[in-house]
Amino acid sequence: MTVNVLTLTIDDQQVSAREGQTIMQVATENGIFIPRLCHIEGLDPVGACRLCLCEVKGTPKLLPACTTKVSEGMEVSTSTERLGEYRKMILELLFAERNHVCAVCVSNGHCDLQSMAQKVGMDHVTVPYRYPKLQVDATHERFIADHNRCILCTRCVRVCDQIEGAHTWDVMGRGEGSRVITDLNQPWGDSETCTKCGKCVHVCPTGALTEKGRSVAEMAKQRRFLPYLTKMREEW
Amino acid sequence: MAKKQIVIDPVTRIEGHAKITIQLDDEGVVEDAHFHVTQLRGFEKFCEGRPFREMPSLMARICGICPVSHLMASAKACDALMAVKIPPVGAKLRVVMNLAQITQSHALSFFHLSSPDFLLGLDSDPATRNIFGMIEKYPDLARDGIRLRKCGQEIIAILGGKKIHPAWVVPGGVSEPLDEERRDKIVAMLPEALEIILRTLDWFKASLKNYEEEIATFANFPTLFMGIVGEGGLLHHYDGKLRIVDSARNIIKDGIEAHEYRKYIGEAVEPWSYLKSPYFKPLGYPEGIYRVGPLARLNIINRIGTPKADDEWLEFRKLDRHAVMSSFHYHYARLIEILYAVERMNEILHDEDILSTHVRAYAAPNCEVGVGMSEAPRGTLMHEYHIDKHGLMKSANLIIATGHNNLAMNRGVLQVAKHYVKGKELKEGMLNRVEAVIRAYDPCLSCSTHATGQMPLHVQLVDRRGTILSELKRN
Ligand code: SF4
Ligand code: SF4
Ligand code: FES
Repeated sequence: MTVNVLTLTIDDQQVSAREGQTIMQVATENGIFIPRLCHIEGLDPVGACRLCLCEVKGTPKLLPACTTKVSEGMEVSTSTERLGEYRKMILELLFAERNHVCAVCVSNGHCDLQSMAQKVGMDHVTVPYRYPKLQVDATHERFIADHNRCILCTRCVRVCDQIEGAHTWDVMGRGEGSRVITDLNQPWGDSETCTKCGKCVHVCPTGALTEKGRSVAEMAKQRRFLPYLTKMREEW
Repeated sequence: MAKKQIVIDPVTRIEGHAKITIQLDDEGVVEDAHFHVTQLRGFEKFCEGRPFREMPSLMARICGICPVSHLMASAKACDALMAVKIPPVGAKLRVVMNLAQITQSHALSFFHLSSPDFLLGLDSDPATRNIFGMIEKYPDLARDGIRLRKCGQEIIAILGGKKIHPAWVVPGGVSEPLDEERRDKIVAMLPEALEIILRTLDWFKASLKNYEEEIATFANFPTLFMGIVGEGGLLHHYDGKLRIVDSARNIIKDGIEAHEYRKYIGEAVEPWSYLKSPYFKPLGYPEGIYRVGPLARLNIINRIGTPKADDEWLEFRKLDRHAVMSSFHYHYARLIEILYAVERMNEILHDEDILSTHVRAYAAPNCEVGVGMSEAPRGTLMHEYHIDKHGLMKSANLIIATGHNNLAMNRGVLQVAKHYVKGKELKEGMLNRVEAVIRAYDPCLSCSTHATGQMPLHVQLVDRRGTILSELKRN
């Protein structure tokens, strides 16, 4: 099988890529970091968080790097001032949308949302907090789902479907009413499909899905399994 | 990239503001006085629906000065929910952190907040009656205070690990054992602390005679005293059972376990304060008035349990044939407790097993109600948690030290008002004395004032009909 090799520039750097790769993949291979939250290597990209938006010459729209395929001669900018401002705004909205109290969160210090905020220099929230009343589901024998910390990245939905094959998780509702749910919106502890494998917990970027028994700042996620499992799936 | 801490935290600290009304009767004589605390008590609400394991860190944020004390009471309530006995070394390490906290908080109270009152005089200009004024006039003492406080704070930081978050104390014990290097570092800090506290005690005792008027009028009245005593009636801030003594130091109730507190302590709600007024149930309200804190602790124990502090305690006991009554002696008691803390930390850190790695017990929640209590610098703290079967918080009831002292503080303010308010005008000197009485109890709301040593005070003199006769305000 022959693969077409393309050349393009990312942030003024000449790079080559294989046809079918995304901007995110090519940038990563070339040591260029693009902020991201919903994307995680090993799961199909969905373009949900919009943090990876890039400027592509000749296109008025901003394009998500995780889902946009590269093409010959493309000129991509990943870190202009405008993008920086947008990214900060997206993060501010995420923090304000639900209840993030990092100081008492089990994921404090190990949270992708928090570290992304540090990376893009978002150090305070300028929009008003919404303080929604959201549930904590602690019915599962091993895990807790805290909707106050969920950013609706759907990593849990995808890993459960694409890797574990259980499809316990899904998304319900629209807009600000959206929630991730287990089975038919039943308590997680009553789920008949959940295999208790814990993959969703470990891909979840925040303190939304965690292991029971963890105290504040103790929930570090283990993600090394993901590339192996994806590879096995591809080869099989 | 430079490390930056992101603080996104809608839970802001409780702010305190003290308002006092002094009521005159028709003859213009002081009849009553109330100390109102306008305080937000949101924490009991915040925790509803949250996993109980978050409580220690959440509750630690109730107070900016004594986070560690809330951490202890909260962690113990969580231990009770899990129904575990925590490994002995885990408990010892918690004790060391708690003693370091007592040291730093008492040092702050004594040197930064109160010593300017004694040394610079209660009638001196409030603008310089603070630690800065002290540094100018009494540089050695001020330096001692700063060093001692720093010692307590550093021990807390060393124990808390590299990342300085108090999340080290967790339900079931502590999250990481102590290693040799950190142990030695702490041990090396203690000799200087010991020297400072011995020096300060000598100086304080020598100067007591200058404050006879204050001693006689500073909330000097009989009450019950309550606090935790350890095994054998020894001083203990972390573990033990409640004891209540009367003003003659007769034990009227002993051996109350944390979970039994409601049997003995009632909580009255008064229209003039958001703070609940706890009282000793068998004596009723308000006769069941009691005091907690350093003075109470030294009045209830059989002895302290470390050699140097025991000697000081025997001398302190001679102040009064019965219990030591004047709230002015809270200051004295604080110094003795610092001495105990320094001695005791040193003993514990030399225990053979202190580096053991078995410092945490694991368990799911096994009980639906858990009560934890500990002695904070200002007095007994109680945390009572109720959870559902999955470990989510249904409710919490907290009694904080300032609450226990609420009734006594009111009576203290009344006593000072009676002595110092003459006629229908309020004078600045009177304000300072009221402030000094409240400060002797070191209520939590003084946190908002430690930077400049000024308490935001608002005193109103009213007649029987509530008409304001005179008013003084200070922000
Ligand atoms: S999930 Fe992350 S951002 Fe949200 S509270 Fe927890 S640590 Fe903070
Ligand atoms: S629970 Fe976690 S993984 Fe799932 S959508 Fe929410 S933040 Fe993403
Ligand atoms: S990472 Fe591309 S949209 Fe979320």
